[in-house]
Amino acid sequence: MIIDAFLLRALAAGLMAALAAAPLGCFVVWRRMAYFGDATAHAAILGVALALGFDLSIFVGTLVTAFGMALFVSVLSGRGWAMDTTLGVLAHSALALGLVAASFLTGTRVDLTAFLFGDILTVRPSELWGMAAGTLGVLALMAWRWEALLTATISEDLALSLNIKPERERLILTLALALAVAVSLKVVGALLIGALLVVPPATARVFARSPERMAIGAVIVAALAVVAGLGASLTWDTPAGPSIVVAAATLFVAALSVGGLSSDRRAR
Amino acid sequence: MNALIEAHGLSVAYGPAAPVLTHVDFTLNPGEIVTIVGPNGSGKSTLLRALLGMVPAAEGKVTRAPGLRVGYVPQKLHLDANLPLSVERFLRLTRRLDADTVAHLLSRVGAPGLETRAMATLSGGQMQRVMLARALAGDPQLLVLDEPTQGLDQPGTAAFYRLIETVRRELGCAVLSVSHDLHVVMSASDRVVCLNGHVCCEGTPSVVSNAPEYRALFGLGTQGAFALYQHHHDHGADHPDHPHDHETCDHDH
Repeated sequence: MIIDAFLLRALAAGLMAALAAAPLGCFVVWRRMAYFGDATAHAAILGVALALGFDLSIFVGTLVTAFGMALFVSVLSGRGWAMDTTLGVLAHSALALGLVAASFLTGTRVDLTAFLFGDILTVRPSELWGMAAGTLGVLALMAWRWEALLTATISEDLALSLNIKPERERLILTLALALAVAVSLKVVGALLIGALLVVPPATARVFARSPERMAIGAVIVAALAVVAGLGASLTWDTPAGPSIVVAAATLFVAALSVGGLSSDRRAR
Repeated sequence: MNALIEAHGLSVAYGPAAPVLTHVDFTLNPGEIVTIVGPNGSGKSTLLRALLGMVPAAEGKVTRAPGLRVGYVPQKLHLDANLPLSVERFLRLTRRLDADTVAHLLSRVGAPGLETRAMATLSGGQMQRVMLARALAGDPQLLVLDEPTQGLDQPGTAAFYRLIETVRRELGCAVLSVSHDLHVVMSASDRVVCLNGHVCCEGTPSVVSNAPEYRALFGLGTQGAFALYQHHHDHGADHPDHPHDHETCDHDH
């Protein structure tokens, strides 16, 4: 039953990543933070290098660097930096810096492929606990702050008038994003976490009539993509992480073609 | 009669730049309609935000009546097309309202039956009415509107202000608004505060429109107001480093 055990672990890891990334991804879409998500995810590679270099837990290493990057970007955007360029510089610099830092690691040769593209089939039982804690953390933050986050997303002034502090909500999103990155790293890899954040919500958007339904729909789409991607990976021996993203993209295209025919093309 | 909001010697600055507002004294009484007018960059929106505690005072003091219920109508919403938000859901943000209350609020603002419409598909006028409905949901003692008629045409603007007057009559709430639509606003206000970094002049609409400070800022007739209206739209939001009109309105700093 060895196959069953590693498959179940992969499935559990994938579903947890789906749960962590999908509702948060809705805010990434609504707030147009897709590139922000990429920068945070790319910083995780630097976290992997640091964790390996200093013999720390990779989960903690990625969590800390991702949070650091997300905070840094938040501070810069608060100071009125042009975000598109800033994020472009930071996202790619963090990735390159991580790759260079990893090359300095002596002793065991480090294979970064697993962290760049994910390696869901080698998830260890011990790693699942960290992922479960991270997923619960993201879901708790989302549930606790949902109305406030939504209000601050729709209008910061409206939020302020209701005693909701937009900066605080931004910080909570930043923390949730770092957690989701740490959870998803082993599943789809740093390069494709951005896809896991954006594609399921974009798919759910086609049919969703409320923010809540879009979040739930995004979880369902992400979970379907995980199952289908894993299945495809086992059947055709394709890499699991990219297969999950391809499955999500396929669902997106399918939703668009069905939604485009049946729905009333709600104004965009 | 206890004031709803009082400010004494209020100064507000954004960062190390020169203060946007200096030594403003301001009082708002229950049931009053007060309109803050002033050229672009004069600190109108900043005064509104400071009075509501949305930006901190650099100097001076703002006192709000304890437990003051404020209904705030923001300048505009940032609605991404990918956010599926119905009018009903928007009205229910951070509030529990039953279907009857939602329907009643929408008909009160002259937008009945919009419950299931997506916010993103509303016209400018409908959007303003829905935002007003939201502000009224908490049974406010004070209704605050930040340039509520931006993007509305003249008839739309006039209709919206008539609606505000009706609402005020029905609810008896105070109304504090910021506007550049001078020719429409003036008649509806109990008091007008003309602002340009500090309070240039204030009083009833007729007193203010005849005040030399006001005339120097806005010109004599609607001509001046129209020019300002155009000018404002060119620049979008207020900006603190927009040059003030120093020749026409003397600053004392």
